[in-house]
Amino acid sequence: MPHRTFFWFIIPSLVAMVLFIALPIVSVLIQSMHSEHEQVLITSENCSPFGCKQETIIDTKATALLKAEQPLGQFIGLENYTNRSHLAFSEVSLAWDSKKDIGDFFTKILNLPFYKALSFTLTYTFVVTPFVILLGLAIALGVNSLPKFAKGPTIFVSLLPMIVTPLIGSLILFWMIDSDGVLGAALQYIFDDPALSLKASPMLTWVMLIVYGIWHSAPFSFIVFYAGLQTVPADTLEAATIDGANRWQRIRYVVVPYMKPLVVFITLMQLMDNFRVFEPIVSFSSEASATSLSWIIYNDLTQDTQLFGSAAATSMLTIVGVAILLLPVLVRTWRDFNRKTH
Amino acid sequence: MTNRAQRRSTGLVIVSTGFVLLWIIIAAVPFLWTLWGSFKVQGDFFSKADWANAIFGVRTVIETGDFFTANGYIGAWVEHGFGESVINTSIIVVSTVIISLTLGTLGGYALARSGFKYSFWILMVALVFRAMPHITLVSGYLLPFFEWNIWGYLPTSIIVLVAINQPFTLWMLHSFFLNIPKDMDESAMVDGCTRLQAFWHVIIPVMWPGVITTGLFSFLLAYNDFAVTSSLLSQDNQTMIPKIASFLGTTQVEGNVMFAVAAVVSAMVPLFILVVFFQRHIVAGLTAGAVKG
Repeated sequence: MPHRTFFWFIIPSLVAMVLFIALPIVSVLIQSMHSEHEQVLITSENCSPFGCKQETIIDTKATALLKAEQPLGQFIGLENYTNRSHLAFSEVSLAWDSKKDIGDFFTKILNLPFYKALSFTLTYTFVVTPFVILLGLAIALGVNSLPKFAKGPTIFVSLLPMIVTPLIGSLILFWMIDSDGVLGAALQYIFDDPALSLKASPMLTWVMLIVYGIWHSAPFSFIVFYAGLQTVPADTLEAATIDGANRWQRIRYVVVPYMKPLVVFITLMQLMDNFRVFEPIVSFSSEASATSLSWIIYNDLTQDTQLFGSAAATSMLTIVGVAILLLPVLVRTWRDFNRKTH
Repeated sequence: MTNRAQRRSTGLVIVSTGFVLLWIIIAAVPFLWTLWGSFKVQGDFFSKADWANAIFGVRTVIETGDFFTANGYIGAWVEHGFGESVINTSIIVVSTVIISLTLGTLGGYALARSGFKYSFWILMVALVFRAMPHITLVSGYLLPFFEWNIWGYLPTSIIVLVAINQPFTLWMLHSFFLNIPKDMDESAMVDGCTRLQAFWHVIIPVMWPGVITTGLFSFLLAYNDFAVTSSLLSQDNQTMIPKIASFLGTTQVEGNVMFAVAAVVSAMVPLFILVVFFQRHIVAGLTAGAVKG
């Protein structure tokens, strides 16, 4: 395809991506270095027969004017990144200096909004992803050995948790797990603790958010593995059997190697999707015990006075996180690409 | 010749079938539970006394005199105007799917047929864009959109959703186009078609399955979105998912949470219908990227 034709075919799609994905990133970068204007204050002296008083009032007109002239706010450089809501350098060093032991240090750090969100986001990403892969493979192996008539309905039911809107899916689970719900009641009975509830126990909240994540994503890896299983050649399996491989060895040495590229694919997709975990936090209204990077950005943007600068700084840090996650994949593709061309 | 590799012991069959059954229960019960509970009163669905009330509807019978009640649905659809948000969602979803597919088929076709280095790089950049959490982009949109006075309107959200959708659409359509032999469009061009004519009259007719599959996933992205629509649309133009979230803010009032339950069930229905009719396409779409490379 000549360059010219290629250009005309790709241009609409490219323009959309540049305008609404690439430029917003630039916009985020610029916003992250600005902060809301301080309110314009007028100090006046009020004199009465009993003496003079200094009075400070907010000049709303001047404040509004300033806002209209410079909607970005005032330039503050990197201060957004270093303040308490983000990387919190001074708080971290203070906590380090005043620590009693290492546990005390971490408790203090994890109370800072950014680190609290980061710790949950990373835990969620790196716990959900391996569980999703293992559970998906197990389901795929199970479904593969079902009689033919049962496969279709099983796949239908399995698709539901994945296809359902994340906000709705997590709400459904939340209603069941909440202290008045059926699973919540069951948990209270099992642990023999009538006070046990999501709101009271941060530990339970974390576990349940992760359970939701696995429930939601396992179908994806199941379907991919199931499709992959159909491509494992029957004669290789047969040859392995004739050579004396038992069932477990056939899975380990014949099936699993065939699944390797699929594991890479699922891991990549899951890392990207789990890192942006957001809706379950809203549904569970779990912000007291667990927040995520996406959630704190959303929270900054939906407050009465929208904190654009703060949200933008968190967004930049999140984008850096995504870049770090994707780095191994990108480096690998880059190497493959170079090997091919040289 | 019975396949020796596939013969297995009874014990194993029981374990693996039992495991699949357990999974089916875990996957399906939450939906059935919510569907059943949506026809009960709050005192049953969120029963403080006994979880079995949610099944037998003890309080529902006391409060409404009937075994089932549609109060949640009436509250959501009639009193709180859930219907309007359904219309808004339909507009957004249909437009997003059509525009995404138009841009995506053109671009995906070009990427699949061009062997130049830059097409590889476009795909890589698209992958990075695909990984971007949507809310980070939203924080980039808000301020400019306020300034240009385009915040809050449906077309703005549609264009944003189309753009966010593009990386994924490009990847998927690109991998479907790779499966269509190059000879087809080349022979059409030898016969005198232009590139666009070959694309339209020869390639698109055999691409329908791929286009439908990609369309389904665009549909899901637009339908399931919360981050973009909840922050880019004004109250009047609210779509279904943010609407449901807004019911939750007022859960203190007795019965209001049942509006949310009813709305949730209503919003799930189109998704279930989709799976019933397009199960094969969805499975094909999920595996397109993985199995075919």
